[in-house]
Amino acid sequence: MNENRRSFLKKAAGAALGIGCGLPIRVDASTTQLAMVVNKKKCLRQEVRQACTQACRRAHNLPDLSDSAHEVKWIWTEEYQNVFPDQTHSHDAQATKEEPVLVMCNHCTNPPCVKVCPTQATWRREDGLVMMDMHRCIGCRYCMVACPYGSRSFNWQDPRPHIPKDENGRLPSDYPTRDKGVVEKCNFCAERLRDGLQPACVEAANKVPGGEGALTFGNLADPNSEVSRILKKEHTIIRRPSLGAGPNVYYIV
Amino acid sequence: MLENAFRGGRKYWTLLGIWVLLIAIGLVAYSRQYSGGLHITGMSRDVSWGLYIAQLTFLVGVAASAVMVVLPYYLHNYKAFGRMVILGEGLAVPAVLMCMLFVFVDLGQPTRVLNVILHPNSTSLMCWDVLVLSGYLLLNLVIGAVTIEAERKECPPPKWVRPLIYLSIPWAVSIHTVTAFLYSGLAARPFWMTAILAPRFLASAFASGPALLILLALIMRKFTRFDPGKEAIGKLATIVTYAFVINVFFVLVELFTGLYSGMPHHMHPFEYLFVGLDGHTGLMAWMWTSELLTICCVVGLLIPKIRGNESLLAVLCVGVVVAMWIEKGLAMITTGFIPSPLGKVTEYAPTGYEVAITIGVYGIGCFVLTVLYKVALNIRERLETA
Repeated sequence: MNENRRSFLKKAAGAALGIGCGLPIRVDASTTQLAMVVNKKKCLRQEVRQACTQACRRAHNLPDLSDSAHEVKWIWTEEYQNVFPDQTHSHDAQATKEEPVLVMCNHCTNPPCVKVCPTQATWRREDGLVMMDMHRCIGCRYCMVACPYGSRSFNWQDPRPHIPKDENGRLPSDYPTRDKGVVEKCNFCAERLRDGLQPACVEAANKVPGGEGALTFGNLADPNSEVSRILKKEHTIIRRPSLGAGPNVYYIV
Repeated sequence: MLENAFRGGRKYWTLLGIWVLLIAIGLVAYSRQYSGGLHITGMSRDVSWGLYIAQLTFLVGVAASAVMVVLPYYLHNYKAFGRMVILGEGLAVPAVLMCMLFVFVDLGQPTRVLNVILHPNSTSLMCWDVLVLSGYLLLNLVIGAVTIEAERKECPPPKWVRPLIYLSIPWAVSIHTVTAFLYSGLAARPFWMTAILAPRFLASAFASGPALLILLALIMRKFTRFDPGKEAIGKLATIVTYAFVINVFFVLVELFTGLYSGMPHHMHPFEYLFVGLDGHTGLMAWMWTSELLTICCVVGLLIPKIRGNESLLAVLCVGVVVAMWIEKGLAMITTGFIPSPLGKVTEYAPTGYEVAITIGVYGIGCFVLTVLYKVALNIRERLETA
């Protein structure tokens, strides 16, 4: 009982201080900040991008909906000029502007979606992952409105009939399928990380000949990790830095 | 007191019957949405909010506008509003109710709605909106019930209701400010990310709400013996005029900042609204209609002879409500999503199901409004004949 009262008082005090100011909830210096580095050049090849998107779709039982209004996608391809609108100009070559770039949830350090979710159905884990609780989500779609990157998808209908199954009618993986009326997004394969595996897209890209290193995943807070090494060595950019969301997907362009 | 809701003539029961029909239409459509999912609406991955949330935005304004009657009457003893206050509060209650219903029908998992109370998020404006809307509903129900009961018993209302009435004044402002904050703090949506959004909301609320109230007062006078009085209606018309002119000023100020800066992020939404963007012109006709109506109504309202003529005033009020509904209930929400964060223009138009469900919710609101007005009317008539 006391525990509940204390946490309520803390929340009330926090609300009184921080409401509406949009103050980023101070995150204690953590020993883990998971991040992804995308090598744009290596991802220009369609086999690499296909492998990534297909692996993700299979690993998470994503439905195959051709209608772009209702599609569910966690990682997909967009044109360079739409991914980095502040980095292109009218004299850029058309080919450059239309270059395919892989996009996914950026698992921001200061995520606007977490700020607005009325039920805390999405939250930022200590290791940096922005998680989704499909059971708690009430489907208000406020997180979709708040996301500056368009990373989130809503299940406008029951996705289960649309999940491509094999000849025996089995689902591609045993990742829990979702119901209609909930929002979902890339989760950096939290379930695979738990088993010591790399995210599905990273593993798939590395399997494509010539695609090794197209995607690199690791802990930014560890100075000896691969991602830290890459970020120190290469020049990378992030999407829409002026918005202050602090995305953790870095692009070597 | 509430037994008065069952005392009515043929017109009353026919009116309730019409509302029940609308509610039935809404229920049939909603059952389809509840079982099949929101894919039967016109919303999409890029335009995640549509007609329902737009109605929430418009009706929050109508609910807040009761303060425009309460403030002069209770704070400044403006006696002429004596018979208008009950109409104002009788409008605020169904308006807030409809706000909450529109959020409910918009949810993908409505049975989980109590998660907002079980696991609230202090940084989520939606949580605060639920809180302030519920509080406002409760406040108005208590104030309304106590004052009408006191009137029925022909004695002054109890002293403790006064502080509640005073509380309802800033609370009314807060419900619309919090609703504006739903939008105006989002870095992802440059069209909404303007400090003037909350003041704009309030100005358009104080124009459309009292305009609706004038129309209701005129209807009450025509069909019943309840007459709020020429002076009250005239004063409300003045309030509508001031609020409407201020709202036009706010819109012009927004247009200036957006267009003069020349920044694409700021210009694109206005381009989409008035001249189309990338060939998409879905809202153009609506916007120009709204602006034309606005200009005509501003001119009409500013001319005392026209504003003073009650038949012309009624036409102007319809114009104000329609113009504000288009601006807030249609244009503002959709345009926030255009262009999408990835630069695409995905247009939105509500489907038949969405319209039907919206009609159903409005049916519920009209039903509650009719019942509340009938109760107040019956009590007044009893007192007058006694």
